[in-house]
Amino acid sequence: MGKIIVVTSGKGGVGKTTSSASLATGLARRGKQVAVLDFDVGLRNLDLIMGCERRVVYDFVNVIQGEATLHQALIRDKRVENLFILPASQTKDKEALRMDGVEKILDELSSRFDFIICDSPAGIEHGALMAMHFADEAVVVTNPEVSSVRDSDRVLGLLQSKTRKAREGGNIREHLLLTRYDPERVSRGEMLSVADVEEILAIPLLGVIPESKSVLAASNSGEPVILDDASDAGQAYDDAVARLLGEDLPHRFLTPARKGFFARIFGG
Amino acid sequence: MGIFSYFRAKKSSAEVAKNRLQIIVAHERAQNGGYEFLPRLRQELLLVVQKYVHVELENIRVDVNRDGDCEVLEFNVTLPDNKR
Repeated sequence: MGKIIVVTSGKGGVGKTTSSASLATGLARRGKQVAVLDFDVGLRNLDLIMGCERRVVYDFVNVIQGEATLHQALIRDKRVENLFILPASQTKDKEALRMDGVEKILDELSSRFDFIICDSPAGIEHGALMAMHFADEAVVVTNPEVSSVRDSDRVLGLLQSKTRKAREGGNIREHLLLTRYDPERVSRGEMLSVADVEEILAIPLLGVIPESKSVLAASNSGEPVILDDASDAGQAYDDAVARLLGEDLPHRFLTPARKGFFARIFGG
Repeated sequence: MGIFSYFRAKKSSAEVAKNRLQIIVAHERAQNGGYEFLPRLRQELLLVVQKYVHVELENIRVDVNRDGDCEVLEFNVTLPDNKR
C-alpha cells in the first residue's frame, strides 16, 4: 500500500506546489514509485512547475467522470524515472471532485505507487478538504509570517477532525515545512524564527527551505528546484525528502551566510 | 544586531509577531476545539432543565477542560435564588 501525503497550508502562495513538485521528484529520484496529484481544480499549476504543461491531455476530473482511465491521464516525467503527474482540471467546477471518485483514484494509485503526493489548493474549502481527506501524512507548508502560521494552525485543526483517519479515531502524521526562511532577517529580529514557529504549531519539523532566487528560476524553467543541486533551496528539499524516508539529518541554512571581507567592510 | 541593540528597550517585530500569534492561536483553538456541537448541546440542555426549574441560557455553562491526556466535559447550571 502506498503512502498518501497531502501538502497543504491554508494560506495561498506559501509554496505548496513548489514543495509538492520537489518532494515528489526527490522521492522518485531516490527510487520510489511516485504520483503527484494537483487538487486545485480550476487553477491548474502543478503542470507548469513540473514542466509538463504541454503534455496534458486528460485530467483528474476526466478520470473521476470516466472519460479517461488513470493510465491515460498520468503524465510520465521526462527527467526522473518512476514519477507521474496527474494534472488538475482547468475547466470543470470544484464540486466535480466527488469524494467517492477521489477515493477510487487514490485506492488505485496506492496499489501501484509507494508515495502519492496530493498538492492541495489554498483555502479550507471543498478542494482542500478533498486533498487532505484520505491522507496518511500531511506536510504543512508555512512561511515565517503571522497570517501563514495562523492559517497553518487552522489547517492542523481540520487534519485532526475532518479527515478519514481522524474520523476513524486515528491520527495523521503531521510535518512542518518552513519555507521562504531568511536567516539574515531572523537574526535581526525582523522575522519569526524556526523555534518560534515550532513552538506555536507544535508539530515535528520536516525541513526549512531558505528564501532563494533559485526557486523562481526553477519555476520559470519548469524544473522542480530540488533538481538544482547547487542551490541551497534544492539541497534543503533533498534533506526534507531524506527525513520523510526516515533519515535523521541536521537542519541546514538556519544561520546567515558568512559575509566576505569586502561585504563586511562596505556593507552588503 | 551590533552594540545599539543592547540599549534598545523596544521589542523586535518578530517578538511582537510571536506574542500576537500565541494569543490568537490559543483563542481559536479553544473556539474550534473540535466540538462544534457545544452550542447546540447547551440549547438542548436548557430545554431539559427548564422542564423542572426556570433558568435562562446564561445560567448554563458548558466547558471542555483539558486535564493531562483527558478531556472533561463540564456542565454548570446556576439555579435561581427564589426556588420553590
